[in-house]
Amino acid sequence: MKKKHRIWIGATLAAIAVAAAAAAWVIQPALAPVQAPSPDDFDSASIARGARVVAQGDCMVCHTAAGGSPYAGGLPLRTPFGTIYTTNITPDPATGIGNWSLPAFTRALRHGVARDGHLLYPAFPYIHYTTMSTADIDDAYAYLMTRTPVVARAPDNELLPPLRFRPFLAGWNLLYLRPGPVADDPAQSREWNRGRYLVDGAGHCASCHSALGPIGGERSPAFSGGHIDGWDAPALTALLQAPKPWTRDQLAVYLRHGWSPEHGAAAGPMAPVTHSLAQVSEADTDAIATYIMSLQKPAAAPTIATRSAMAATSVIAKGDPAAAITRPSTGDGGALATKGAALFAGACASCHGVGAAMMSAGGRPSLAFSTAVSSDRPDNLIQIVLNGVPWAHTGQTTFMPPFSASLTDAQIAAVAAYVRSDIGRRPAWNNVERRTADIRKENQQ
Amino acid sequence: MSTLTVNGVRHTLDIDPSTPLLYALRNQLEMNGAKFGCGMGQCGACTVLLDGQPVFGCLTPVAACEGRQVRTIGGLGSADKPGKLQASFIKHQAAQCGYCIAGMVMRAQSLLEQHPHPTEAQIRTHMEPNLCRCGTHMRIIAAIKEAAEGSKP
Amino acid sequence: MNDNIIDLRRRAVLSAGALVLGFTLLPRRALAEFNGMGVPPIANKDLAGSLQRTPMLDAWIRIAPDGKVTVFTGKVELGTGVRTALLQVAAEQLDVAPAAIHFITGDTALTPNEGFTAGSHTMADSGTALLNAAAQVRALVVQGAAAQLKLDAATLRTSNGLVIAPDGRTMHYGAAVRAIDLHRAAQVKSPLKPARDYTVIGHSLPRVDIPAKLTGGAAYVQDMRLPGMVHARVVRPPAYGARLLSADAAAVRQMPGVLKVHVDGNYLAVIASDEWQAIQAMRTLSASARWQRGPALPSPDNIHATLRALPSQDIVVEDKKGPAGKAVFTLKRRYTKQYVLHGSIGPSCSVALLEQGSMTVWTHTQGVYPLRAALAEMLSMPLDDVRCIHTESAGCYGQNGADDVAADAALLARAMPGRPVRVQLMRDQENQWEPYAPAMSTQLAASLDASGTICDWQYELWSGSHNERPGNAGKLIPAQLLARPFIPSPSQPMPMPEGGGDRNAIPLYTLPRAKIINHFLPVTPLRTSAMRSLGAHINLFAIESMMDELAAAARTDPVEFRLRHMQDPRAREVIERAAREFGWRQRRQQYQHQRRPDHGIGFAFGQYKNIMAYVALAVEVRIERSTGAVHILRVTAAVDCGQGVNPDGIRNQIEGGILQSSSWTLYEQLQFSPDGVTSVDWASYPIMRYSNVPGKVDVVLIDRPGAPFLGVAEAAQGPMAGALGNALADATGKRWFDLPLAGPQLMR
Repeated sequence: MKKKHRIWIGATLAAIAVAAAAAAWVIQPALAPVQAPSPDDFDSASIARGARVVAQGDCMVCHTAAGGSPYAGGLPLRTPFGTIYTTNITPDPATGIGNWSLPAFTRALRHGVARDGHLLYPAFPYIHYTTMSTADIDDAYAYLMTRTPVVARAPDNELLPPLRFRPFLAGWNLLYLRPGPVADDPAQSREWNRGRYLVDGAGHCASCHSALGPIGGERSPAFSGGHIDGWDAPALTALLQAPKPWTRDQLAVYLRHGWSPEHGAAAGPMAPVTHSLAQVSEADTDAIATYIMSLQKPAAAPTIATRSAMAATSVIAKGDPAAAITRPSTGDGGALATKGAALFAGACASCHGVGAAMMSAGGRPSLAFSTAVSSDRPDNLIQIVLNGVPWAHTGQTTFMPPFSASLTDAQIAAVAAYVRSDIGRRPAWNNVERRTADIRKENQQ
Repeated sequence: MSTLTVNGVRHTLDIDPSTPLLYALRNQLEMNGAKFGCGMGQCGACTVLLDGQPVFGCLTPVAACEGRQVRTIGGLGSADKPGKLQASFIKHQAAQCGYCIAGMVMRAQSLLEQHPHPTEAQIRTHMEPNLCRCGTHMRIIAAIKEAAEGSKP
Repeated sequence: MNDNIIDLRRRAVLSAGALVLGFTLLPRRALAEFNGMGVPPIANKDLAGSLQRTPMLDAWIRIAPDGKVTVFTGKVELGTGVRTALLQVAAEQLDVAPAAIHFITGDTALTPNEGFTAGSHTMADSGTALLNAAAQVRALVVQGAAAQLKLDAATLRTSNGLVIAPDGRTMHYGAAVRAIDLHRAAQVKSPLKPARDYTVIGHSLPRVDIPAKLTGGAAYVQDMRLPGMVHARVVRPPAYGARLLSADAAAVRQMPGVLKVHVDGNYLAVIASDEWQAIQAMRTLSASARWQRGPALPSPDNIHATLRALPSQDIVVEDKKGPAGKAVFTLKRRYTKQYVLHGSIGPSCSVALLEQGSMTVWTHTQGVYPLRAALAEMLSMPLDDVRCIHTESAGCYGQNGADDVAADAALLARAMPGRPVRVQLMRDQENQWEPYAPAMSTQLAASLDASGTICDWQYELWSGSHNERPGNAGKLIPAQLLARPFIPSPSQPMPMPEGGGDRNAIPLYTLPRAKIINHFLPVTPLRTSAMRSLGAHINLFAIESMMDELAAAARTDPVEFRLRHMQDPRAREVIERAAREFGWRQRRQQYQHQRRPDHGIGFAFGQYKNIMAYVALAVEVRIERSTGAVHILRVTAAVDCGQGVNPDGIRNQIEGGILQSSSWTLYEQLQFSPDGVTSVDWASYPIMRYSNVPGKVDVVLIDRPGAPFLGVAEAAQGPMAGALGNALADATGKRWFDLPLAGPQLMR
């Protein structure tokens, strides 16, 4: 045989081998469907534990559409790559996961592979769930398999065309998926390890609180702040830089109750997370808080901004009515803040003004301590003002009405300027009116 | 000086621009429809329409209403000539103490203007911001359904 | 009748170590009015309804020479539709068109004193009085016409305000009574129009007040605009017993529009020309105020144990020791409810004017006469110089802030004579200071004999006061806050058969042996008073839950089990009717063979106070297991309230009661801490919203023409609670005993 031929044959065989290897790695086998299990197949203690695990994992929040049945999917997730609709994870055999065996369910959580072998989009945070223990995954399976089965098929995803080619995900997984649990750090306390297990695993906090790279991988360092659904997810490593530095106990209370007497209320996508965490044990929310607090960058020396914010709060604490209620001297906001003061007095002060019942009897803090107000970007404040914080239908709630219909972009910018300068004592944001118009448009899409 | 355009009529009012619309309507303009229920946007007794959208009159400063259209229940019809929704509410006797009812009608009005044939589920979701303590909800839903075009009585 | 007459002419009490004297110039005759229900003494016990206490016909009906008919009632429109129903009664018996009658409600200058509009007494008391008075007045009209026409009265008929002779001559009522003096006592017997001839009673006349409410007409005290009227706002203390240390009244006086800042002891208020100015000033005044905290409230965590340990007045309301079978099965249960807020959708409001020594108060109180007496005492004014005129507000469902804000208005009107003063309470003020429905604790031990019949029933309940209405000036919050405070008179239990906490504690079922004790707690940590159905809500929840548990132990269908123990034929009829309309038997069979997961049905019955309307109802629910959400799929109710005056009005009240009781039973619980009440708004006190409203509610009325009117407006509260408890137990296989029932415990 000529040498040229041998090279060609060799190269072709090598290419076939590589392709075969790649195919073997990219195309996952289907796992056999099983008979939909009956609720009696599961031990009630396992189901109860599974309820806690699923609450930790926040599954209901994504896998339930607005006004839809729990876990029946259909919620649109807007990603930089297009819109993905969450799937039905009720135990319906035809449209849900009713015919998924435990190994199939486990494979989905650990490797991002569906029962029939297709790869799942990492909008489903399997890169985090992969670290969950086998016991927790087993219990989550028991819980999900005993939900009310619902017949519901999610709409088709609307993704940029190249991304519809799922085998590309295999490459993505190579870069970002480290399958399997992570060993405890023996140098750390049991509570810290439990916290890390929850935060990095079921809690998947970094999915929102980390920035995403160009192909959707989480950037390092983790928890430096992200963006989800039009909201900023603040950096979880900068909690000591807040106007009032967070403590571990304050963070635990915030996670459990959805608001903190020192910092304010969870809003936007975080509010439903706290509703789920209300179902989780106090030991677990304490552990999450312990772990997060261990990640903090040291507190910076108080800046002029934070010092005057603290001074402002002591003025408010003394209840100086003239400063807070009548037209106060505007900070750095100028004419816009003056206009905002009048709007604030009519639209906001009944809850957020000094002496308002929500603040005195209700124990809510001044807006000076709000993360949205002290943030470098106005986005979260704009979103809160536009959307409010909706009714949660369960027990005691944090609520704020929406102002999208009553206040124009210019008026929201004026209120924001007043709140930022006169209450938050921070330097003015720029282009708030234009940002409000953009956010309003994005929200309608 | 603030201007308010209410039910198509322009008014010039010499009031503090922070005054919520609710009080301007009730006191300066002597209109009874929108009511004080909580002042915090939690009950909807003060619901009026602003550029066709339902808003809480108690939390909408007059300053925010310049150049915009305010509509109240008085603009939908009178006792002698009630509008479609009002007539339906009267027919269904959809009121007990009646304090919440003007707010209910205005919120429903905005729904029917945007979705003339809402399902019952859509009606319930749309009306969620408004509270009724007397428990008149069944009749309110029935009245809205009947007023929706083409619904069976 | 309540014989406890408190000498209010002088009251000396020790308060916080200081001797405090409260004087009053209350005339002696007014003391006679100070009984539990605020009514005058009985003048003739053989007369019907409120005629017993107000026997003169012209107190109820006047006919002007031009024929214009005016009808008076001492009851008031609270939003239940009684204005229309009473109007129908009078119109029917008078033979005058409803639209032609000028109808006047609760006004101390004009109307009879019928005490409070409460307890579902209106149709029985005032309706019966008007039924009879109107019939007698009509007879006098005919008599007068007969005399003038020189005809036999028996040949004359009446229609539409006219007397009509056989030969076609007519005479309008004004002319007919020319020589008749209506100022005479009613007779014991009335020539009532027979029920079969009714054209108005028993018909669903559209409510006369609804059109204005739907078209922006003036309908409420909040809509009043009097010439020169000014706007006031109060500043209440942060919690009970707080003492004012300082407030910057001087700074507030400088604010735009402020006319007056009123400081009197712990009482703070501001009056301004414009309402928004008053609110701004109130915020500033409130923010500047410094208070010394009063005594701490108990922790809410073990409130029932706390209540049970308080000093009690133990009242045995039933002690029956008849022959009974031997007990083979006994169940012991405890049932509780939390403090519940009235939660009137419109916080309380009042307008008052002091002019030339006369105080007029426009108020949505339930009792204009008792309130007037309390205000007169507070102001040290003669009774005749104070007038209370009932003017509607939002539904009150019992005693809310109405009386308190009337006192605010009166105090501030006194501070600005000649100017009408309008006071509007803020949402948090209404929530923190209204008298709540009491938290209650109950325990029940019931036994079955070998034949599956109840042979023993032991029930005890603990409850604070369900009646803190004035009464004396000290029952009014503003009066308690003054520098020389008024002290509330001691709380009293409400005797059976009406009852307070023990309302409906005695089951209507046949019980050969029963002992029922009301542990009345005269002093409890939170201010409480009557709320729609009073103790019936928890008592019927307890009774109906136990009936279901006993039925299961006796392996009997819950409806069958109730019928086995019920002799009253009208009760049996509503029970059977509700079950039939609901499809109870088919549904039970369906569930026996193929239970739908998380679905359940429940049944309950109650006759309000065992003397008023009969209600039975069945409920079907679905629990969303992943969230614990309760979906009430459908409710079917059967109601017997005797002669129904306005059937649609009755249905409206029952539907409303069903929904409201669902909200209380599933969701409601006042939030408080040792520092005070924290349910300051709807976010901190969530109630039913459209997303929790039932899918379908059907109300069937059993009409009994000509039968006595039975009070019905509160009759659904207790049964609905019972039915919900039973339906949830059926849906989940587990039973809960502590209200509110919804919450994470329903998640599975």
